[in-house]
Amino acid sequence: MVSVRLENLVKRFGKVTAVDHISLAIKNGEFVVLLGPSGCGKTTTLRLISGLELPDEGRIYFDDSDVTYLPPKERNISMVFQSYAVWPHMTVYDNIAFPMRIKKVPEDEIKRKVKWAAELLRIGELLDRYPHQLSGGQKQRVAVARAIVVEPAVLLMDEPLSNLDALLRMLMRSEIKKLQRRLKVTTIYVTHDQVEAMVMADRVAVMNKGRIMQIGTTEEIYNKPANLFVAGFIGSPRMNFFEASVSDTILDTGYFKMKLPEEMKQVLEGYETVIVGIRPEDIHPVERGIPPGVKPIELEGRVDFIEPLGSDTIIHLKIGEILLLVKVPGSYIVEMGRKLKVALDFNKLHIFDKKTEKAIL
Amino acid sequence: MKMYKGEALKMILTYALASIIVAWILVPLGLIFISAFAVPKEYYNIHKLIPLAFTTENVYTLLFVLKAWKSTLNSLIVAGLTIAISFALGLPTGYSLARFMFKGKDTFKLLIIGLRMFPVIVLAIPFTVIYLKIGLADTLIGVALAHTAMSLPFVVLITSSLFSGIPVDYEEAGMVFGLSRFEAFFRITLPLALPGLAAAAIFVFIMSWNEVFIASVLVLVNRTLPADILVSALNAPDPLKFAAGFIMVLPAMIFVFFARKYLIQVWGITIR
Ligand SMILES: Nc1ncnc2c1ncn2[C@@H]1O[C@H](COP(=O)(O)OP(=O)(O)OP(=O)(O)O)[C@@H](O)[C@H]1O
Ligand SMILES: [Mg+2]
Repeated sequence: MVSVRLENLVKRFGKVTAVDHISLAIKNGEFVVLLGPSGCGKTTTLRLISGLELPDEGRIYFDDSDVTYLPPKERNISMVFQSYAVWPHMTVYDNIAFPMRIKKVPEDEIKRKVKWAAELLRIGELLDRYPHQLSGGQKQRVAVARAIVVEPAVLLMDEPLSNLDALLRMLMRSEIKKLQRRLKVTTIYVTHDQVEAMVMADRVAVMNKGRIMQIGTTEEIYNKPANLFVAGFIGSPRMNFFEASVSDTILDTGYFKMKLPEEMKQVLEGYETVIVGIRPEDIHPVERGIPPGVKPIELEGRVDFIEPLGSDTIIHLKIGEILLLVKVPGSYIVEMGRKLKVALDFNKLHIFDKKTEKAIL
Repeated sequence: MKMYKGEALKMILTYALASIIVAWILVPLGLIFISAFAVPKEYYNIHKLIPLAFTTENVYTLLFVLKAWKSTLNSLIVAGLTIAISFALGLPTGYSLARFMFKGKDTFKLLIIGLRMFPVIVLAIPFTVIYLKIGLADTLIGVALAHTAMSLPFVVLITSSLFSGIPVDYEEAGMVFGLSRFEAFFRITLPLALPGLAAAAIFVFIMSWNEVFIASVLVLVNRTLPADILVSALNAPDPLKFAAGFIMVLPAMIFVFFARKYLIQVWGITIR
């Protein structure tokens, strides 16, 4: 169990910079999730930490020792590969046992642990099979079992649940999280499923194009996105964005104006054009009654389209050329084409600088 | 099952063609086998198309009277040495070509294929000259080295495509879980490549076993089987020639029989 510190890591593949000056400090026993779109450098970051890839620049520390150029086997890590990498010439049992055999664990203890891990991951009946007799999801669970039995100092998992059905995924999610709590093993977990990230992580690092865009708790990432990318990437349906020009405390979109409280004057000083963001659940139809605590900014638009999702309904509201998604409970009925007054919650409003895409508010 | 006329015709043609090809290979082989074990009198009886009385005497005479067992042994030694040397050199080369990027990799590959274009005859004379100088002439290791020169490009290319066919992830998983690169190779990649490697080894064996030109030029006393047969069989009666043919063909037949699955695998990979 160690802390992991990445300092200014850079990894290039020819012209592609897969990892671009990443710095990250992970506490002993912490569960950090790397979350980001495909190709943003998550796997490469894990491979740098594992030692399978060497960085072009930067350093990696486990506690205080520099492991940047240490071969993988000296790092006391284990890893779930995105491709599973379950050895085809060994049975499931031998696959899970092999890492322990390398470490000269006594055979009866190996037996006990394989059994334990197989039960945890619900692959107990598959122990005698060879990988080519398994489904993708089963192989994936073998890979997870193999990684958790060795009690590593750092556990690296690259989308370990990507191939499981929804129910099994939820089950495994909680099993892995409980196990991690109990073993207190420092864990770096890669996923592009934001729900998985938010549920499991102590802290989430949102990545894009080889960089970390923001790192923080689920709550921070969701409620205080540091930039446009994070704001747009987290949350479903996506946050509403529209451009507005600033004059004093008035935001003018060209289709409607929003008057902000006086104290915003200083905050907006010096900006000409900003991007305003508001989540669909922070917009409330006025006729339903405005919930307490909401500081309303009222607007009127036309209902353009309705997506009933059962428990929720997404209303597409058109104000001029601007489209706002509004999330309301499924019980609320509204007809297409009619006018609708809504209140944006100023407390939940996000404002980003158009040039730097950084959050102003 | 109903078939359309065109399809039936196609089937018949396919089978006919296959039969011709099979006959092309099997008839000479059959003739060799029959003649090798024919009683000489039967064989020379012009009234009999196919000999009907059989004996092992021809093979016995060839092996023990004409001492062909010695050259058979030599052939085995040379083939063994050839396999050992060409794999000791070719396997690491093939592995590096499969796993690492380096400058001039493609040129290097092309060069290796280029080596295959040299006719053996062109190599034989320089070999002899060099061998005479360094004292390798008339030794089995000398022949083995010459055969290595022939088989090495093949071994490099085959092993490189074998290793490229095994995802690097398996090895990396081994390294993450506590193996060094070497150990990961020996405990994970090698077992996975073994069938293909075995097939490649058999190919090298057959190549060396059948090679007659270099073996005749480089060696006078310790001849390998084909070189020996070339000399002794020229003056021997026909049944002995066929017995020699039989001994030559036998190991190849046995090997191919046991390795036919892997052979297809190896070629499948190289063609890709
Ligand atoms: N061995 C390599 N050679 C060349 N380019 C590579 C290599 N590995 C990764 N890349 C590139 O580096 C970038 C980051 O890749 P990486 O595999 O880390 O992404 P990822 O975040 O894991 O994506 P995904 O979610 O699809 O798995 C990509 O643009 C990829 O094409
Ligand atoms: Mg990846």
